[in-house]
Amino acid sequence: MYAFEIERPATIEDAVKALSAEEAQPLGGGQTLIPTLKQRLAMPSVLVSLTGIPAMRGICTDDAGRLCIGAATTHAEVAEGAGGFAGLAAMAAKIGDPAVRNRGTLGGSLANNDPSACYPAAALGSGATIVTDRREIAADDFFEGMFDTALDEGEIIAEVRFPVPEASAYAKFEQPASRFALVGAFVAKYPEGVRVAITGASENGVFRWTEAETALNGNFSASALEGLSVPADEMIGDLHGTPEYRAHLVGVMARRAVGAAR
Amino acid sequence: MSEVSMTVNGKPARGTIEGRTLLVDFLRETLGLTGTHVGCDTSQCGTCVVHVDGKAVKSCTMFAAEADGATVDTIEGQAAPDGTLNTIQQAFQDYHGLQCGFCTPGMVMSAAALLKENPKPTEAEVRSYLTGNLCRCTGYHNIVKAILAASGQDVTGIPGEIAAQ
Amino acid sequence: MPKDTPPDHGGIGASPKRREDVRFLSGTGNYTDDINLRGQAYVHFLRSDMAHGKINGLDLSEAVKMPGVLRIFTGEDFKSAGSIPCGWQVTDRFGQPMQEPRHPVLCETHVRHVGDPIAAIVAETLNEARDAAEAIGLDIEELPAVVDMRAALEDGATKVHDELTSNLCFDWGFVEENKQAVDDAIKAAAHVTTVELINNRLVPNAMEPRVAIGDFNRGTGESTLYTTSQNPHVIRLLMGAFVLNIPEHKLRVVAPDVGGGFGSKIYHYAEEAFCTYAAKALNRPVKWTCTRSEAFLSDAQARDHVTKIELALDKDNNFTAVRTSTLANMGAYLSTFAPSIPTWLHGTLMAGNYKTPLVYVNVRAVFTNTIPVDAYRGAGRPEATYQLERVIDKAARELGMDPIALRRQNFVTEFPYQTPVAVEYDSGDFNRLVDKLEAQADLGGFEARRKESEAKGKLRGLGVNCFIEACGIAPSNLVGQLGARAGLYESATVRVNATGGITVMTGSHSHGQGHETVFPQVVADMIGIDANMIEIVHGDTANTPMGMGTYGSRSIAVGGSAMVRATEKIIAKAKKIAAHIMEASDGDIELKDGKFTVAGTDKSLAWGDVTLAAYVPHNYPLDEVEPGLEETAFYDPNNFTYPAGAYACEVEVDPETGKVTIERFITADDFGNVMNPMIVDGQVHGGLAQGIGQALMENCTYNADGQLLSASYMDYCMPRADDMPFFVVDHSNGTPCTHNPLGVKGCGEAGAIGSTPTVVNAVVDALQSGGHKVDHVDMPVTPSRVWAAMQQG
Repeated sequence: MYAFEIERPATIEDAVKALSAEEAQPLGGGQTLIPTLKQRLAMPSVLVSLTGIPAMRGICTDDAGRLCIGAATTHAEVAEGAGGFAGLAAMAAKIGDPAVRNRGTLGGSLANNDPSACYPAAALGSGATIVTDRREIAADDFFEGMFDTALDEGEIIAEVRFPVPEASAYAKFEQPASRFALVGAFVAKYPEGVRVAITGASENGVFRWTEAETALNGNFSASALEGLSVPADEMIGDLHGTPEYRAHLVGVMARRAVGAAR
Repeated sequence: MSEVSMTVNGKPARGTIEGRTLLVDFLRETLGLTGTHVGCDTSQCGTCVVHVDGKAVKSCTMFAAEADGATVDTIEGQAAPDGTLNTIQQAFQDYHGLQCGFCTPGMVMSAAALLKENPKPTEAEVRSYLTGNLCRCTGYHNIVKAILAASGQDVTGIPGEIAAQ
Repeated sequence: MPKDTPPDHGGIGASPKRREDVRFLSGTGNYTDDINLRGQAYVHFLRSDMAHGKINGLDLSEAVKMPGVLRIFTGEDFKSAGSIPCGWQVTDRFGQPMQEPRHPVLCETHVRHVGDPIAAIVAETLNEARDAAEAIGLDIEELPAVVDMRAALEDGATKVHDELTSNLCFDWGFVEENKQAVDDAIKAAAHVTTVELINNRLVPNAMEPRVAIGDFNRGTGESTLYTTSQNPHVIRLLMGAFVLNIPEHKLRVVAPDVGGGFGSKIYHYAEEAFCTYAAKALNRPVKWTCTRSEAFLSDAQARDHVTKIELALDKDNNFTAVRTSTLANMGAYLSTFAPSIPTWLHGTLMAGNYKTPLVYVNVRAVFTNTIPVDAYRGAGRPEATYQLERVIDKAARELGMDPIALRRQNFVTEFPYQTPVAVEYDSGDFNRLVDKLEAQADLGGFEARRKESEAKGKLRGLGVNCFIEACGIAPSNLVGQLGARAGLYESATVRVNATGGITVMTGSHSHGQGHETVFPQVVADMIGIDANMIEIVHGDTANTPMGMGTYGSRSIAVGGSAMVRATEKIIAKAKKIAAHIMEASDGDIELKDGKFTVAGTDKSLAWGDVTLAAYVPHNYPLDEVEPGLEETAFYDPNNFTYPAGAYACEVEVDPETGKVTIERFITADDFGNVMNPMIVDGQVHGGLAQGIGQALMENCTYNADGQLLSASYMDYCMPRADDMPFFVVDHSNGTPCTHNPLGVKGCGEAGAIGSTPTVVNAVVDALQSGGHKVDHVDMPVTPSRVWAAMQQG
């Protein structure tokens, strides 16, 4: 790692101020950033730790019934405390491994937007609202392709508001080595319609599978997806699976998520 | 450079660190607690697992500065002061749950975290909980058996030379 | 405490708790990285990021000025040093020695694989060394990389080493005189089954990354190397004599607690020579701690064979011939034992458990711009077993025969058995192994279990496999004829202390095998004393006799035998002393339960009385024997040992995703006599996990430019707890080895050798049960490969 300082602000305002420094970078749980720093692939001057900000931690329900989760809340805390949104809690309970879940955070995962991460599928699949230090961004507008988001330089996620669906589930087929999603499908059924978000598969990062949503709006059952498929041409091809294999798994995982939704 | 202080295995510990000093480096190099190991640099092998404020974390993927003020428990603090192994450690020895010993501290710390959360885990729960701890020697067989035994469950049905409890 | 656990002082056949466990469980082990020497500096190796290139120049001018830098070393500094040696010379089919390129400590003219060390920066801190590495100006002209073995052998292919005639290291035939007869037998066969397969490249991945610390004592002129090694004496010999020209009496190598090896810590590596050299040059200790990312680029890798095997059968389904042809990847340089792996440790096992009369093995070893390849748990024998047991399984399917019946029909049943591939099996009972397997595995219940799986929408398959291996490596005179540049004996010094306690100094090295517990059991048994009176010392050339270390399942078979021989000398001498004191003749003295008695009398002396007399020789046969009670023995076996096994595996395949899960795994092994069943269980478990890892998930992959794609645990899939079932392991009632004193065969590698074909045979069985016309899937049998195979039909 290159040398840097660590700051541990206690408020969002102080964090934003600290991030205005040259080459400052936010530090969530660090489960992706620290390995990156070890490879000397990033060269921050200051890391601004967001995990010590009380306002960014915890889970509550707002007046609209949405589950509001502080961005620095760990995966383990979400798995434990988001029981009202079963699909979300179960998804968080399967990220990485227990020690990673004790450090990794919701905000860190969304801001990184790894194309194989689980949280982007949950946020997009539930039409969540990403609340930053300065504005609210709809999930549909937030993810802008692999490792790219609508966040501005120095903008931090403070909280994410998840509408609670009638039924939901996340089905993940793990990349065997990393245990990230080779393909993950998050399905959520709302009164206004079904949302299906797919992670791990596309070269453009997480995406909504609108054909599946349409089919499920008419008939929320796995059989409604029979015969539906995504084209392989924009799917990721790597050591662990061809684009064709990933395209196939999109269908399988979406069906399994629908089957498991509760 | 900055000062950091924490409670490690029940005793106050302090030192001067850089921003980039990892918790594991602070433990191993500053405090000389070399029981916590480093086996990878991508946060996967789990040989560095310790408890921070009671929760299992990978000490190679956390900065020492982030543990300022925290309570840290490592493998060195697991046995009784007279050296008597705790229940989990003793089960690892009784059931041959270790060979080269390199992954062992992380395994024991993960097992301790598991049994705190879930005192009577099933075999599948044990295996799932250990996905962040790699072992190249044991095939996990006797590790899983040892943890089930440490939880007080009957392991007589599990195949192997040391079968009866 | 488990109630059936024998007490701690158990002898042979008991399973006492391991004494090494307490330090490992309490965080007080002493691994090499736990050692820090006063004033130590740190080295960082600047490694090549390209697979092949010509070094035009290195500009160190900025880097040497960086903070904390003590010195930067390059290939120039090692011009007069020797090449990192290869310990085995293979002679090709035409009687010519293999091509053997120079392997410098640091790159001289070229970089030849990703990770090849270009420069070594020694600084006050590791971060300063890394910072300085980035300031080195590199002028390296990228050359085409040779990655694919077939392409490497084409005329006009870019050469990995300019000074060699081609990328062919050797073209080996075995047994060359049998070639024509084998060809004829295959032509005349009633049935020939062919399989073309890949034995996937692996990364051994001991959990402890390598570490080396060099130290130099100006006062004594002695160099010390602390290193993560399976064989410190071998490192001392190779590094001292061949690379750095340090006489052995001025060089000490210490391998303290070592966190697993599996073969990857046998070899002498450049970093060891560097740290030893630099410590003297700088007059400071120099420490290198490998990161896991660096380990992927610098630890010897394994396997990587491309093979075609043909099995000929007569009309009655008797095996008549086996012909096999393999391309074996050596990587860019010859690692210590690399040439022996695809040849003598592979070709000699190609008869398997079968009385096939004719066998011909051809191996072409190839240089490529990849990381060197060498032994890894099994080393050659997994490659032999995998292809043989795959082709037999396929033959059974083609012939509509039960795969077990076809094997049984062709088993060797009489011992000793001279194979057509040089080795002579001393003992075994392959039918009994299969009998045990059938009973343990409840093969009769398989169809019912298959139906249960099908009811869940899964395909279920059953795979079996029978195998034999050559272990206890090895008779020195034989391996010398085969090209080994070393002897493969083992040593032990048994030092009986005045009060009766014993210190055994062994040349074997324990890095997980539990020698500190098992070796005392043997000595305790021979003398009849408590095992806790015996301590094992190993891992330091300063206080152990010259030994060859631990690999090839040799520790108990060779090292244990040396210890037995030394203990026999001790007992013989002790009897002389006892005879003198009790005024009897030597021949009448018996030793039992730690007590000397005179046959036919009630005279007796305790063990401790005699040991004390040896060091306080007041009443002592000084004209007959010297005082003291310390003996050394070197044991050189007169044959390999031949552990054998029969394994069964049941898998489930998810037809939607292609994911394979191991549902049951049952082994029946013949390890001869078993010293400590608990330890043997553990060895089998670990081997199985590595074999299942190879079969299902592990794959070391390069792209066409020679870039390593599986360069971390993010992409190289290590088996995890939830990938494994509980294993059913049986090693009871083995057939003792006939030529070593303990009747032991070795158990370290069986699991890794026997498991890969078992798993793949089961996967093929599952796929065929689902109506797929699949007769082979290459390892690793990943979900994507299985799914792709299912799409083929």
